[in-house]
Amino acid sequence: MDLSFNPEEVAFREEVRTFFRESLDPVVRKKLQEGHHTSKDDLVNWQRTLNKKGWAVPHWPTEYGGTGWSAAKQYIFLEELQKTPAPPPLPFGVNMVGPVIYTFGNEQQKKHFLPRIANMDDWWCQGFSEPGSGSDLASLKTTAKKKGDTWIVNGQKTWTTLAQHADWIFCLCRTDPDAKKQSGISFILIDMKSKGITVRPIQTIDGGVEVNEVFFDDVVVPAENIVGEENKGWDYAKFLLGNERVNIARVGMSKERIRRIKELAGMVMSGDKPLIEDPQFRQKLAATEIELKALELTQMRVVAAEGKHGKGKPDPASSILKIKGSEIQQTLTELLLEVTGPFALPFAPEGDGRNEEGDWASPIAPGYFNYRKVSIYGGSNEIQRNIIAKAVLGL
Amino acid sequence: MDFDLSEEQRLLKDSVDGLLKASYDFETRKKYRAEKGGWSKDVWGKFAEQGLLGLPFSEDDGGFGAGPIETMIVMEALGRNLVVEPYLDTVVLGGGVLRRASAEQRAAHLPGIIDGSKTMAFAQVERDSRYDLGDIKTSAKKSGAGYTLSGEKFVVGHGDTADTLIVTARTAGGQRDAKGVGVFLVPANAKGVDIHGYETQDGSRAADIKLNNVEVGADAVIGDADNGLSLVNQVADDARIALCAEAVGAMEEALKVSVEYIKERKQFGVAIGSFQALQHRAADMFTALETARSMSFLASMASSFTDLDERAKTVAAAKVQIGRSARFVGQGGVQLHGGVGVTMEYRIGHYFKRLTMIEQQFGDADFHLRRVAQAGGITE
Repeated sequence: MDLSFNPEEVAFREEVRTFFRESLDPVVRKKLQEGHHTSKDDLVNWQRTLNKKGWAVPHWPTEYGGTGWSAAKQYIFLEELQKTPAPPPLPFGVNMVGPVIYTFGNEQQKKHFLPRIANMDDWWCQGFSEPGSGSDLASLKTTAKKKGDTWIVNGQKTWTTLAQHADWIFCLCRTDPDAKKQSGISFILIDMKSKGITVRPIQTIDGGVEVNEVFFDDVVVPAENIVGEENKGWDYAKFLLGNERVNIARVGMSKERIRRIKELAGMVMSGDKPLIEDPQFRQKLAATEIELKALELTQMRVVAAEGKHGKGKPDPASSILKIKGSEIQQTLTELLLEVTGPFALPFAPEGDGRNEEGDWASPIAPGYFNYRKVSIYGGSNEIQRNIIAKAVLGL
Repeated sequence: MDFDLSEEQRLLKDSVDGLLKASYDFETRKKYRAEKGGWSKDVWGKFAEQGLLGLPFSEDDGGFGAGPIETMIVMEALGRNLVVEPYLDTVVLGGGVLRRASAEQRAAHLPGIIDGSKTMAFAQVERDSRYDLGDIKTSAKKSGAGYTLSGEKFVVGHGDTADTLIVTARTAGGQRDAKGVGVFLVPANAKGVDIHGYETQDGSRAADIKLNNVEVGADAVIGDADNGLSLVNQVADDARIALCAEAVGAMEEALKVSVEYIKERKQFGVAIGSFQALQHRAADMFTALETARSMSFLASMASSFTDLDERAKTVAAAKVQIGRSARFVGQGGVQLHGGVGVTMEYRIGHYFKRLTMIEQQFGDADFHLRRVAQAGGITE
């Protein structure tokens, strides 16, 4: 048992950190530090920088562009990325549809889509949730009917993150209306420029637009756009959601937030002292730091087990990472909110962060509002508790 | 980065688990507690035979030269089985002081610990000291070549059966000064030592001890008689690390028996474990256990840190997590059991009590949280 990183891993951390700090546009870094939204170009440019370096999709198999790094190095890479902070890779391509395509897709799909995902030539979005199908995802109603060598897709998806930028959407569609819930679903790739697709933005409580409704009205999709076998889509979706949980702890990002809280609380006065010297505030922050440390080590345990015993089924204990990771992220946005004091109130429509030198407070309350989402998405924390109860405790 | 036990460590774990499985079921534990002194000499002898009592001492001192992970393995097993024998007091605390003592002192005391013939107790708590290790009124006055000790110590774990007491006493300075703290070896049968033993809430033993002008020789002083606080801090951290592991073992078992219970207990015609309200409580207990386990690992790793401030801060952080998790798992376990959870008859109540008392030993969560906060947090 040894919780420390070996010299090679320590050197690797330094290499990654230096590369991130030197090659990321400082303006983008500042936007992320201060909690402003990043633009589509910010994300695309960064993904291409990583791709040029050969680091676009480190966790993929090497034949599709992966780096072959150990589990520990993958972990270091992600942590440093979040700590920089650099734009996190858009998960819908590299973490979701990419692995589904290289695991279950055909040769032509792999050849066409995988390099384009790595270089972000295509912006992907996720067509899973529907208005009537949230946690009970398998109750989804969007249909795809065979007609000649095409699918005709009808229905509605919702909570579709950044669909406004998307070139492609991967959709779960019901292809056998008579089959039992889970067994009549297929995994279909749809070009967002297809006729009959309408994207309607949903404004979230922070005033931002990151999620959308997507309507499908007799959308014609080539038959070859199905991934894997017809009616097996639920298996691929489960595989995809399992991958999602492992990266969801966001330890590096929370570390960066803690740094930011300390920085701001060192600047904001409370009585005759900076807020950071208020014992009550400090203890609240320290308590969260301890929880984060426990989460980090728990994540390392999951990563180490994966490195040792191979990537099999996702460890059901990784539900802990989702629950604690989201709770800590929320607590940190809460502490940031407390730092702002009365300056939480003014509502400033989101700028690009370039000319807002003095306005550090305006993105904080929206960030707090927005982050209520993290205990809801990716399988709500209540669903994660169900998973632990059933898969770990056998209840 | 590797969280797996080595082959030797796995063997150690199997042998401790095997020993306790064979000799420490719930009913037998009651018999041990009823023995003279409140614990089993027989079990202690088996610990000695298996080498558990010599684990952390160097091979030169007759021990096995094992590291903190081995102690963690043993403490987890003791926690799982609610062992009442004086392992923490003798091997971790007494042994912790002696490991840092002179060659003569080690030679005089370690063989008796390792072969199981002698036990020790750490007399540190005072009426007003609460968790402050440097808050000491007990005095040590120079007398000839040695010292005269006077004062009162409280809640000394297994103080009523120990052969040797390790006493913290003030050689100089005011009640809370960092300087002027000495650490002394005092035979329990020395003249002027008045020991009042009693049962503790969790089924173990402790004692209040009066020291009435107790004379000790110069060889009783461990290290520097005026600068012993750092030694006390280090040994207290050893104990905290061990308590973290013990708590993890106790939580693991508390969760296990609670989950077993709700799978069997039927109400409304079904096992109550099929109810989501109870499932979510159990799932949260699992999360509390695993985050505590992670911090216990970290604390055990920190045991080898050479930077003592970093060591202390890391251990404090672990004790915060363990305190919070232990409270949640202990209370939750009783709640899942319903009425039988508050009876002596069921095991869960005993886990709950031990977990509760661990929180009261060597600093509770609030105490350690303050220390972490004052140190500026633990995020690098």
